[in-house]
Amino acid sequence: MKKLLKHRELLLVGIIAIMVAGFATRAPGFATPGNLANIFNDTSILIILALGQMTVILTKSIDLSVAANLAFTGMAVAMLDAAYPGLPLALLVVLAIGIGAALGAINGYLVWALQIPPIVVTLGTLTIYRGMAFVLSGGAWVNSHQMTPGFLNFPRVSVLGMPLLSWIAIVIVVLMWGLLTRTAFGRAAYASGGNPTAAVYAGIDIGKTRFFAFVLSGALAGLAGYLWVSRYAVAYVDVAAGFELDTVAASVIGGISIAGGIGSVAGAVLGALFLGVIKNALPVIGISPFAQMAISGIVIVLAVVFNARAERRAGRIILRDRGAKEVSA
Amino acid sequence: MTAVEKTGAETFPVGDATPVRRMPVLEMRGISQIFPGVKALDGVSIALHAGEVTALIGENGAGKSTLVKILTGIYRSSEGEIFIDGQPVAFASAQDAIDAGVTAIHQETVLFDELSVAENIFLGHAPKKRFGLIDWKAMNARATKLLHALESEIDPTIRLKDLSIAQRHLVAIARALSVEARIVIMDEPTAALSRKEIDDLFRIVEGLKKQGKAILFISHKFDELYEIAENFVVFRDGRAVGHGRLAETPQDVIVRMMVGRDVENIFPKVEVSIGATVLSVENYCHPTEYRDISFDLKRGEILGVYGLIGAGRSELCQSLFGVSHPSSGHLTLEGNAVHIRSPRDAIAAGIVYVPEERGRHGLALPMPIFQNMSLPSLARTSRSGFLKAANELALARKYAERLDLRAAALSVPVGTLSGGNQQKVVIGKWLATQPKVIILDEPTKGIDIGSKAAVHGFISELASEGLSIIMVSSELPEILGMSDRVLVMREGLMAGMFDRSELSAETLVRAATGNA
Repeated sequence: MKKLLKHRELLLVGIIAIMVAGFATRAPGFATPGNLANIFNDTSILIILALGQMTVILTKSIDLSVAANLAFTGMAVAMLDAAYPGLPLALLVVLAIGIGAALGAINGYLVWALQIPPIVVTLGTLTIYRGMAFVLSGGAWVNSHQMTPGFLNFPRVSVLGMPLLSWIAIVIVVLMWGLLTRTAFGRAAYASGGNPTAAVYAGIDIGKTRFFAFVLSGALAGLAGYLWVSRYAVAYVDVAAGFELDTVAASVIGGISIAGGIGSVAGAVLGALFLGVIKNALPVIGISPFAQMAISGIVIVLAVVFNARAERRAGRIILRDRGAKEVSA
Repeated sequence: MTAVEKTGAETFPVGDATPVRRMPVLEMRGISQIFPGVKALDGVSIALHAGEVTALIGENGAGKSTLVKILTGIYRSSEGEIFIDGQPVAFASAQDAIDAGVTAIHQETVLFDELSVAENIFLGHAPKKRFGLIDWKAMNARATKLLHALESEIDPTIRLKDLSIAQRHLVAIARALSVEARIVIMDEPTAALSRKEIDDLFRIVEGLKKQGKAILFISHKFDELYEIAENFVVFRDGRAVGHGRLAETPQDVIVRMMVGRDVENIFPKVEVSIGATVLSVENYCHPTEYRDISFDLKRGEILGVYGLIGAGRSELCQSLFGVSHPSSGHLTLEGNAVHIRSPRDAIAAGIVYVPEERGRHGLALPMPIFQNMSLPSLARTSRSGFLKAANELALARKYAERLDLRAAALSVPVGTLSGGNQQKVVIGKWLATQPKVIILDEPTKGIDIGSKAAVHGFISELASEGLSIIMVSSELPEILGMSDRVLVMREGLMAGMFDRSELSAETLVRAATGNA
């Protein structure tokens, strides 16, 4: 299985490479380093959100409220920046992460303490958080001229030839990889999804693990809220509408099992990049946005089918082994 | 035919060889059921007669449920024939069995809370009008009639969730009778019923007898069987070891058939010097599962816990491990009062639990072997909050060697291992926590004889190393062979504590079934 997973990540790298090469034949310049760096930068926010989503999915849950969380936090920090231009940027970023984490904690609490299924909880909070963004702003937009230049330009600052937005995504990828593979929390997340009952018997508090997964997902959504608003230089209620589905799609394409317990950071990142390449390439080669959506959808379904087959194959191996043992016994 | 089965030396000729009566409604001849590695049924023959109740008696795991599943078309038997009215039949599906007139009332009946009583009764075979529409009027009328026949006034239009447990049971019976059944199987129908409800049920059974139905009645309660059944069949280890007329057969004869005579000395118990008390349980009570349980466990001791399914054994052990919580009672570990609120507390205190369903409770199959093994021990293998893969691998390697685990590498997912090796991972995982008390729930369930001996040898080895062991088992030979003392539970209560010197199969079965 692990071989298969590794295989799968390599497979994704291969598919992405082939796609890039293919698009390059239609649109010269697509495969240049500069354009690829642009695509990565464009996909950075999706990568950050997908890593949060992945952690939640690992614990056998799902967070549908990430995009709404992003919209609310983005709106909140944009309005703060517009109203109090003197506030330091660092404080606003910390605030964004904090607000996001708090909204995530609400999800986590409802799932943990009240034992409500995560899909129901986050479907509810998805609407609530968007509604809160509307109440907060009164439906008004915060436009680029209202925000301070420091607030807007930060993600665009170039360090070593790449914008800070890309660097932030890279740092978070590394941190998440460390968190999921090198800490007890990460192990608990895999165990809670892989077999919740066994996890309980091993002394893991799966409720608490899920709670922290939601807090993490919320914190990353909060950070993404700031990044989104500053990158696109506008905040309004419908920012990133439907983007939660992209985060789920990126996870699923990246081989994170929707049943929990299986998946890697590399997979989620590659899944996000896959979507990023498609989103950037299709307009370049002249495919309509509607066809783009259909193509993304087909890819997601294919990925799910692929996952299901991979997991079933593992089951067959067990059966065959068992049979073989009995014959020899 | 005669009362004697051709099952070799273990046959018990009982009573007079019953003369040939009427042709049996249902006859099973030479039924065998082979699961990979296990022969669940071995050449079993039984006959059911119209208007009579046949009691099917046997320990847990004797093959009763397998027989029921063959009769209801859920399993197809590996060998043997089934005759109904002398005609050979083959059940390819559950529907075939229903069509042939076999119906079963299961221990835990599968009914639908949100559907009406009539819908529950006729689900799958509702009376239809033209265009395939359900004929509600006819359905409700027939449901009322069926329920009347059971002396019940339940309104067929109300939803099942509004009924009491006993009423639901009646609905289940009505459902079983809604098909034109001539053979009715009742699998522990009294398990969840009060005495009065049992009396009501027995009146229904008498009614069914009068209608000429052949009934196969499975129960652990001898008093009930003597009350209701004419014939009996005793199963042991997948074989029918005796049958006859119940009225002519005293209870102790049946108990002896159930347990067999050859249970001594299969398990060469390693003599271990037993040390001081490690664990004391005082007056443990649970709101629903058990009451007033007290016992001591000493160093190097193996305490067997015996009882029928549903006696509260697993629930007690789960409370000791913090999965569920006692409502009152005290726990003392090595002289200190401990309060266990979660498995984490239990592991920290040195109490671990190897669950019965290893697949469901034991392992995260997608995770690598070493990560499964280190899961409860992460606090010890980590350094300042960070996991150390090297330490985890070292830990896993140590126990993999000790348990002779066969795997390509410790980094492969547990799901790729065979059942026996998965079991070793579970045991290794718990030994790695360096426990003081280890609770084994049905440690040899579902594994073949050869592996059983290895597991028993290993348990003895653990005891000789000074571990205290609580071994829950439904298998009498295992309990008798391995235990220093045996705690018997019946219906959530302590039915006795027996020292090794006073252990005998009959004593334990009597205590467990409540037949003093």
